Amino acid sequence: MTATNGQTTLSIRDLHVSVEDAEILRGVTLDIPAGEVHALMGPNGSGKSTLANALMGHPAYEITAGQVHFKGQDVLELETDERARLGMFLAFQYPAEIPGVRVASFLRLALNARRETEISVMEFRRLLMEKMQMLRMDPKFASRYLNEGFSGGEKKRNEILQLAVLEPELAILDETDSGLDIDALRIVADGVNRLRGSDLGVLVITHYQRLLNYIEPDRVHVLIDGRVVESGGKELAERLEAEGYERYGAAAASEDA
Amino acid sequence: MAVKDIDQVGLDTYKFGFHDDIQPVYTSPKGLSEDIVREISRQKDEPAWMLDFRLEALRQFERKAMPTWGADLSRIDFDDIHYYIRPQDRQARSWDDVPEDIKSTFDKLGIPEAERKFLAGVGAQYDSEVVYHSIRDDLEEQGVIFLDMDSGLREHEDIVRDYFGTVIPNGDNKFAALNSAVWSGGSFVYVPEGVRVEIPLQAYFRINAENMGQFERTLIIVEPGAYVHYVEGCTAPVYATDSLHSAVVEIIVKEGGRCRYTTIQNWSTDVFNLVTKRAVAYRDATMEWVDGNLGSKVTMKYPAVYLMEPGAHGEVLSIAFAGEDQHQDAGAKMVHAAPDTSSLITSKSISRKGGRTAYRGYVQVLPEAERCRSNVECDALLIDDRSRSDTYPYMDIEESDVAIQHEATVSKVSDQQLFYLMSRGLTQEQAMAMVVSGFIEPIVKELPMEYAVEMNRLIELQMEGSIG
Repeated sequence: MTATNGQTTLSIRDLHVSVEDAEILRGVTLDIPAGEVHALMGPNGSGKSTLANALMGHPAYEITAGQVHFKGQDVLELETDERARLGMFLAFQYPAEIPGVRVASFLRLALNARRETEISVMEFRRLLMEKMQMLRMDPKFASRYLNEGFSGGEKKRNEILQLAVLEPELAILDETDSGLDIDALRIVADGVNRLRGSDLGVLVITHYQRLLNYIEPDRVHVLIDGRVVESGGKELAERLEAEGYERYGAAAASEDA
Repeated sequence: MAVKDIDQVGLDTYKFGFHDDIQPVYTSPKGLSEDIVREISRQKDEPAWMLDFRLEALRQFERKAMPTWGADLSRIDFDDIHYYIRPQDRQARSWDDVPEDIKSTFDKLGIPEAERKFLAGVGAQYDSEVVYHSIRDDLEEQGVIFLDMDSGLREHEDIVRDYFGTVIPNGDNKFAALNSAVWSGGSFVYVPEGVRVEIPLQAYFRINAENMGQFERTLIIVEPGAYVHYVEGCTAPVYATDSLHSAVVEIIVKEGGRCRYTTIQNWSTDVFNLVTKRAVAYRDATMEWVDGNLGSKVTMKYPAVYLMEPGAHGEVLSIAFAGEDQHQDAGAKMVHAAPDTSSLITSKSISRKGGRTAYRGYVQVLPEAERCRSNVECDALLIDDRSRSDTYPYMDIEESDVAIQHEATVSKVSDQQLFYLMSRGLTQEQAMAMVVSGFIEPIVKELPMEYAVEMNRLIELQMEGSIG
């Protein structure tokens, strides 16, 4: 799993991000080589989700300094949809509801957006059913309205389904474990593990170590107050589980509700 | 959208041709007078009772004040309108006069050349005769009558006379009176007892060309236990050189019958579209209006169902889309005149680029109409901060044993929705169009397939260039 081709897929350099004039990220530097799974851990309020949203280009997140390159391209110059078509993917912590739009129709349009030739309806159907089976989803799910009335677990599974269908080169999983019971967590983790391979880089953002029992990371980074304060192997996650974030300072620990 | 492929079938099966060499036959001078009304009736060689009906309507029209509620109608100049143009005259218009934006929408919708000219009012359809005849033969065997209104009056005067003007009297409102005085064209549909017409009847197929008139008049009679779905208009833009379109549609649905009437109006954006549509539904009958308003400068249209006997059910499903300088004032009217009647109103409106939509609804329950149920749901979607949506729900309930519900929502396309969709690779325009098409999906899914497809494509076109 740690064998990589050494090519860096995502490179973040000294990234500063503000939301409504408050600086949340204060110089984040991180590399995710192709094929590796990295975990980003930190207490609530440390800036984890800010990083996820800023990487994907959410308009409310202002980049005040720093650089982000993906496959050698300057990502900060690109619109959100261009980043997606370049191969970046964000599994949302809180996916938006789109009433009236069926999961299958949406996914086919999204898949076609990144293909040169349109996938045929039959071929798409086959692909979708195969991926849904992998995630043990009821086929009826494909004709439900996107995220509308979904349970927390269904929303997360739907995010992973999109990941599986769209096959990006970088997947950012923003607190995908939150709100999942243990069975759902296993299924989601299984799904991600099957997609691991030589190309897909993964950034797993999580508060707890729990998910990392199922998705074993190559590297673990600790984010405190908008900075990566420590990086290490998977043993770092286990230590955080045992000790919490207290050793990085009282301010961070107090937010850990 | 999984339906794209079917679209090709829908559009290409029907080949439309056009004439361009027909000389004008008769064009009335501008403005309205008794002489013009008499001349229209004379040209059509109508029976005396119809002339009387027209003349009485003219008097009503002159007496009635302009409606002051609703949209601003002050720009209508009744003296600057040709009230009667024989359909052949319309061929005299030139393709060059058709505005560029309409031509380019035809392009984007992939509408065949001949059909474009027909829709633009510069061509007539005649190559579709084969298709038309096969449909007509089928219908004739079942005793179904499907004609333009003028032919209907000529060939079936006895039926027409019994029903014409009974649902919407010639003095109902100023614009219904105007229509009653100068009407021309429209459809006449008669479905005999127990006959179920399985294919939707489309004005589009009807060969007699008088279906694009400004003052068309439609009469539909559904006998007991019969069923028909009538589809008027189409989603492609309809180009009108005259500024006023004022139609009247009357529908009678008898015991246990069912009628669905689907309209997608997409008039060019300089047209005042002021239409009176009303149905009466008798015991256990169902009347459904499916109404889409995309075009026109101003639309005022409130399809109505009078629920006359127990068990009658009325529905209005409507979509309004208002862009720049457009005002869509649309809604529904339900009159519960008998016990155990029910009605359902679902209205969806979308406003963008400063466009204005309004839902204007009226639910009336007459005394002793016990155990009525009525459910009104109107949802408005605003695309930007400059646009506007209003809701005017009027209720007049004179009976206590009823269940009436009203629910209204106004929403905006949220940044979160756009960000989510764009994070999957959709452009901002695609994302916006997707949210909008999802918003109207509950109504679009009620449309015949080819209309649903065109509707979705049209929404995509409407959303183009709507960003920023």
